[in-house]
Amino acid sequence: MSEKGKLALYWGASCGGCEIAVLGIDDKILQVADAFDIVFWPVAVDAKVRSIEKMEDKSIDLCLFNGAIRTSEQEYMARLLRQKSKVLVAFGSCAHEGCIPGLANMTDKEAIFQTAYHDTPSTHNPDDVRPQTETEVAEGTLTLPYFYETVKTLDQTIDVDYYLPGCPPEPERIWDALTAILTNQLPPPGTVIGETTTVCDVCPREREEKKIKEFKRTWEIIPDPDKCLLDQGIICCGIATRAGCGALCPTVGSPCIGCYGPNEGVEDFGARMMSALASVIDSDDPAEIDRIIQEGIPDPMGSFYRFSMAHGELRRVAPISGNGKPGEPA
Amino acid sequence: MSEKVGVYICHCGSNIAGMVDVEEVARWAGENLNDVAVSRDYKFMCSSLGQELIEEDIKNEGLTRVVVGACSPHLHEKTFRNACEKGGLNPYLCQMASLREQISWVSTDKDRATEKSKALISGAVERVKLHEELQPTEVPVNPNTLVVGAGIAGIQSALELADAGHHVYLVEREPSIGGHMAQFDKTFPTLDCAACILTPRMSEVGDHPNITLLSYSEVEEVTGYVGNFHARLRKKARYVNEEDCTGCGICIEKCPKKVVDDVFEAGLGYRKAIYRPFPQAVPKFPVIDTESCIYFERGTCKACEKFCPTDAIDFEQKDTYIDLDVGNIVLATGYQIFDPTKIPQYGYGRLANVFTSLEFERLCNAAGPTEGKVVLRDGVTEPESVAIVHCVGSRDKRFNPHCSAICCMSALKFGHLVMEKTGAEVYSFYIDMRPIAKGYEEFYDRLLEEGMHFIRGRVAEVTDAARKPGEEGKLIVQAEDTLIGRQRRVPVDMVILMSALEPQSDARDVALQFGISCSMKGWFTERHPKLDPVATMTDGVFIAGTCQGPKDIPDSVAQGAAAAARVQGMVTIGTVEIEPVVATIHEELCSGCRICNTLCPFNAIDYDAEKEVSVINQALCKGCGTCIAACPAQAISGAHFSNGQILAELQGLLYDVFGSNGAKAPVETPEAVPA
Repeated sequence: MSEKGKLALYWGASCGGCEIAVLGIDDKILQVADAFDIVFWPVAVDAKVRSIEKMEDKSIDLCLFNGAIRTSEQEYMARLLRQKSKVLVAFGSCAHEGCIPGLANMTDKEAIFQTAYHDTPSTHNPDDVRPQTETEVAEGTLTLPYFYETVKTLDQTIDVDYYLPGCPPEPERIWDALTAILTNQLPPPGTVIGETTTVCDVCPREREEKKIKEFKRTWEIIPDPDKCLLDQGIICCGIATRAGCGALCPTVGSPCIGCYGPNEGVEDFGARMMSALASVIDSDDPAEIDRIIQEGIPDPMGSFYRFSMAHGELRRVAPISGNGKPGEPA
Repeated sequence: MSEKVGVYICHCGSNIAGMVDVEEVARWAGENLNDVAVSRDYKFMCSSLGQELIEEDIKNEGLTRVVVGACSPHLHEKTFRNACEKGGLNPYLCQMASLREQISWVSTDKDRATEKSKALISGAVERVKLHEELQPTEVPVNPNTLVVGAGIAGIQSALELADAGHHVYLVEREPSIGGHMAQFDKTFPTLDCAACILTPRMSEVGDHPNITLLSYSEVEEVTGYVGNFHARLRKKARYVNEEDCTGCGICIEKCPKKVVDDVFEAGLGYRKAIYRPFPQAVPKFPVIDTESCIYFERGTCKACEKFCPTDAIDFEQKDTYIDLDVGNIVLATGYQIFDPTKIPQYGYGRLANVFTSLEFERLCNAAGPTEGKVVLRDGVTEPESVAIVHCVGSRDKRFNPHCSAICCMSALKFGHLVMEKTGAEVYSFYIDMRPIAKGYEEFYDRLLEEGMHFIRGRVAEVTDAARKPGEEGKLIVQAEDTLIGRQRRVPVDMVILMSALEPQSDARDVALQFGISCSMKGWFTERHPKLDPVATMTDGVFIAGTCQGPKDIPDSVAQGAAAAARVQGMVTIGTVEIEPVVATIHEELCSGCRICNTLCPFNAIDYDAEKEVSVINQALCKGCGTCIAACPAQAISGAHFSNGQILAELQGLLYDVFGSNGAKAPVETPEAVPA
């Protein structure tokens, strides 16, 4: 038997960027290969689910699971890997707080299917065929995973030991996590691997007292290179976003969009952003305030819940039926 | 570690028990809520017997938390916290549920009121379990006091404090102290001369060893907190050196420039460019009005400087700044008069012989522009008939919904003075006569006997357009006499408009500067409308006189004295306890984004540029929670209002959804199937 540890990587509802991010640690990947046997990594290594099912419980030393839980298959794999792994890390924003797939919680399964299998202009589906979990064919029964109404984060499905935030996580933090495992210096369970403060803490820009007369979208302004982007009216989520990325975006003049998720102890990222920005709008006139918000923030959900829709206090809008029409709550 | 919670449901006589089944609520809480060790109902929890119940249970049953379902915490939170303390429990381990204000008084359905009471008690129980022991901090109180505004209320406050041996800085923005009262001729209902009773007080202020009088000065900035305020004052340049000036008045006599005095004489008289508002002004030093002074206009003249026997004139004088440390502040900033040109149909400013009440005060005043002769605008003709219009800008939804409180009595006083001085017929157009204080109704009776005419009806119009014989050359006052149900047109020679009392135009800025609140109109808000009329929600800042609302001289004086008494109490004890319910910024969580910096209504947040974090001055913090809600990093926590406590309370309130142990109701989970 090898003395190496066993490493598993898997993805749920995600774009695949996290898989590539693992390679962002560059040549250190060789050290990973020295330290671990990769027992399961469908995107890169051939392996069977059956072989994982046959492994003893807790025989995988580390599982990096990226992606949210949208289907029954993803849930099954999450439960299986949880059972087989000593340490399981929610890797990346989708696993941590739902990320872009979580925005589907703005609508429901029926509306998604209606759009994907009927409404899109490129769809030709005269018989209105929809995916079925079981289909009988001559050779037997074909199965597909069940598509849930609601996207869940990984920790809404299984117990998670650590969180590695980011869309995708920065290579330095991935390496931090791997070293922690390799050297057996594990932080307390439940730790989010990052700082306990927000992006502003590491952002080099000069900040003033905040009074915002007008919100600007990125294409409307060439920002001053030294001043805080939010002070210039650009919605920068750095104020509410956990530090750990090194403030990469605001440093180069692009506002933080919040991929590292909320700060330590915060339940609802979007609510924090909204109450913060609402507090510093520089007007006492309700009509003017309405105008500032409507003109400057055309898409509040996309601006403030881009990564955390499935994670915060909201989690989803009330279930709707048909195509975007409100219906009875489930 | 599970807590032992005691739950006490107050009947409040029938106030609560009449609408809520209090026995049932107590029984239910005892049987259904986790960690409740004792649950009782009692007739009056705030009685000493009720309080003893809590004390005894803490000692005998080992309670670690207390919930009282009674009235609003505004009323009795202190009472029950004290009861806990007497029982040996930290007072902040007590929580009240407002079953009276939030339920029984506003409900009509006893069953539903009882169910809601259960929810509120459940919320309080879940919350109180997470309460933490808190200790108030003690800070010393600076014995000096700042009194802002030297009208009669401010003067009274300053004298009371100074006589008690405490130092007072009395600030007045006008060149002389005295306020509106100094402009009046007589005072109602006794008809004693306003100046005769006011000026001795004024000179007392001027001479008092414990009073530093800072006239012609304004407060620029206030920082600090109760017991330890810091004020920066701007002493405006008088261009007269106060050390050298003897107040002889030669400069005023020799000054060649005469201008209309819009302030003290209400536009009826003149003053010089270097002037004292009135002969008995305190301090006696004149002041140069740079907008009218020939020297400031053209660079020549200096007549005052040439004739001044003590070389006290100093054209180079600049505004100076004075920094003061004080423990308490009394605001007595007074009122202003409603501008009656806003009601054009009353003709003020268009019809010469329509006067404001303040103008008429000056007309009557023996020291005024007409030496007390009641005459028309031409300065010579005595009126044969005078109309007094009540409620001009008061009790009028277009301008001020409030009653200005003093106008009825002033109108009676004016009626008496007109009749006494001219023998003219006087017609009072009133909506309601409100002679409500001591001796006022008697004064009204006296005027009825003296033959003043009272017409009940709001005046529609004052016009010079004659329609009938006898109206030519007169002012015609038209009103519906609601007692006889007919339109009346009364031709008179003179009309006096009883203009409303309004908050000073800059009252809102002043409120902001001193961190107190004011009404939509700008009247300063007292801490409690009945039981705490001179304190404000900002500890150490008190209000007195008409800045709080319209009132007459005796009430202003009473408030001035009351505010002084409150300050003396603070100074005598020497220290003040600061509520521990404050916000704290956790440095390690704070990124220094500065969102919170401009939000604090009490200016308690500063930015530490070196550490790059924001910092709360806990002595200034009132625990309002604005910054806590706004902090995007959740780096600010509020003692006694932590997220955990609030969420626990919500979960308790929703016990029928979440279950009494706080467990979430089961959510639908479809079966997980392998691919």
